[in-house]
Amino acid sequence: MSMITVHEAMSQALAEEMRRDARVLMFGEGVATKRKDLLAEFGASRVRNTPLAEGIIAGTAVGAAATGLRPVVDLLFAPFLTLAMDALVNSAGKLRYLSGGQFEFPLVAIAMTGSGWCVGAQHNHNLEAWFAHAPGLKVVMPSNAADFKGLLKSAIRDDNPVLFFVDLGLLHQTGEVPGSESLVPIGQAAVARPGRDVTLVSYAKTVPVCLQAAETLAAEGISAEVVDLRTVKPLDLSTVLASVGRTRRAVVVHEASLTCGVGAEVAALLAEHAFDSLMAPVRRLAGPDTPTPASYPLEQAFVPQAAAVAEAARTLVRPG
Amino acid sequence: MSLIASYETPEALLEAMLLIRAYELRVSAVSAERSTPGTCTSVGQEAAAVGVVSALGADDLILTNHRSAGHLLARGADPGRLMAEVMGRSDGYCKGKSGSLHISARELGVVLTSTIVGGELSLATGVALSQTMLGRPGIVACFFGDGAACEGIFHESLNLGAVWKLPILFVCENNEWQAFVHRRETMVGDRIAAWAAPYGIDSATVDGNDVEAVRAAATAAAAAVRRTGMPFLLETATYRQRGHFEPDDQSYVDAQELAAWKQRDPIARMQARLADSRGLTAGDFAGLEARVAARIDAALAFAQVSPYPQPAELLTDVYV
Repeated sequence: MSMITVHEAMSQALAEEMRRDARVLMFGEGVATKRKDLLAEFGASRVRNTPLAEGIIAGTAVGAAATGLRPVVDLLFAPFLTLAMDALVNSAGKLRYLSGGQFEFPLVAIAMTGSGWCVGAQHNHNLEAWFAHAPGLKVVMPSNAADFKGLLKSAIRDDNPVLFFVDLGLLHQTGEVPGSESLVPIGQAAVARPGRDVTLVSYAKTVPVCLQAAETLAAEGISAEVVDLRTVKPLDLSTVLASVGRTRRAVVVHEASLTCGVGAEVAALLAEHAFDSLMAPVRRLAGPDTPTPASYPLEQAFVPQAAAVAEAARTLVRPG
Repeated sequence: MSLIASYETPEALLEAMLLIRAYELRVSAVSAERSTPGTCTSVGQEAAAVGVVSALGADDLILTNHRSAGHLLARGADPGRLMAEVMGRSDGYCKGKSGSLHISARELGVVLTSTIVGGELSLATGVALSQTMLGRPGIVACFFGDGAACEGIFHESLNLGAVWKLPILFVCENNEWQAFVHRRETMVGDRIAAWAAPYGIDSATVDGNDVEAVRAAATAAAAAVRRTGMPFLLETATYRQRGHFEPDDQSYVDAQELAAWKQRDPIARMQARLADSRGLTAGDFAGLEARVAARIDAALAFAQVSPYPQPAELLTDVYV
């Protein structure tokens, strides 16, 4: 175990997987410039800069994945994915199916998102639900250094296209990271804190928010369980159901805008599968249906806060 | 015996064009009876397809688009499996999941067909990158139209192909039509080949209705790609004699222009040349046409009795 940042955890995952498998290569906007360590170890053929042209970056990754390589592409900020969506959604997500299984698309598309850098809505837009709605794609969004490393390694080894979202607010946070061969499986949630009275379901930067809320609640005698989804799709329904089956109350928390967000899916799944266990309606706390502002206080206000999460949980556990 | 067609004689070029024509007219006739979905035909463009595909080697890979029957049949595709695919049957190349619009046939080296105009241009760079990095011998032929050339991705693909020195034969079939719009309304100038020079890519334009001229130009272009490792842009100047999509009354088409291009029909021109240069008679042509018609009869019969996919196929070839 060692204490490293999320950024360092991702660098370790990339280097280890490139060392393990000669078919893995990485390219994108500034990849060779910023990842000098990878360039030095693996050479200019496997670590490449590209034009600032997301359509061809993603398309090249998809074409390469179908024909024997395992590309990882860095598309920088999530809103830039709108220019890469034809390749990712129409080609990578659909052509395995439409070809009757003739081709697979083992690729990882990395994009940063979320508040923290005051960059405004054309650099900060949590698009994970868009891609979760597109068939054939997996969507990963970790909350801590160990999961960033373990999930990125799993994403690189997966034979499906994986969208790997990096929450900007977490990039420089540190965490304990185990040794090289500790993979975190895609599609497996984690119980970040056990509890009895209410389940806080979240992912990415709002997991620490939920953990903070759970601390507050504990001081009041309310035991909150925090479930970190880690993977948005495929979503680990059984872990969520097991938790809510015990606590019988749920609050879903994420930074992405409320309408048709991941919280809507989780709430619908709970209504379908856990209606009889629920003692109270499922609550959703999410960003508003607005673009994200640049101004620091407004940007912070966009994200659900621990006090609001604690209050939502409190009203579920102690109504009236 | 290889599944991939080879062409030893001029008569073989004619027979391939006759097969494509007969196939597309038969599929159009069947769809007019509303028993199969409509297709995008390439009637009038047979020489452009056969001329280029006949110039490729067995190791070369092809990316095509929604107007793909000519490329597939010229490469040696079984018309019965193609018809089965168009009709959504389980014996189709993609098990009926593609329909006519995105047929790929890995065994023929026809990879990653995209029906999103320009989609194949986004993927070709990645396929060529695999060929280069994995040390495979074949070049990549990417077929697209004048419509795709007006997409931004065309320019991204040529630029990256040139910057990364990728072995791509870009083949622009300029058929004068961009869906329901004549390209003179939407495009600067008449020739797309001219757009290659700013990217440092060599190009040529050839009479796309002269199969032997296309074959000669494509042979030279493919040789240039192999010799230099650089892309080449070959433009085949041809004409779409039928509508964008079957059925289509072509009420928007200038009758004089259509009649003029029908005077330059690639099949009639090749027949006249073979009568002249190799002494083929009306009886010889009738024999060829009868042989082709018999193949198409057998293909349709095969497709019509091919079973529809089982309902369980809905959930295969994709993770769910």
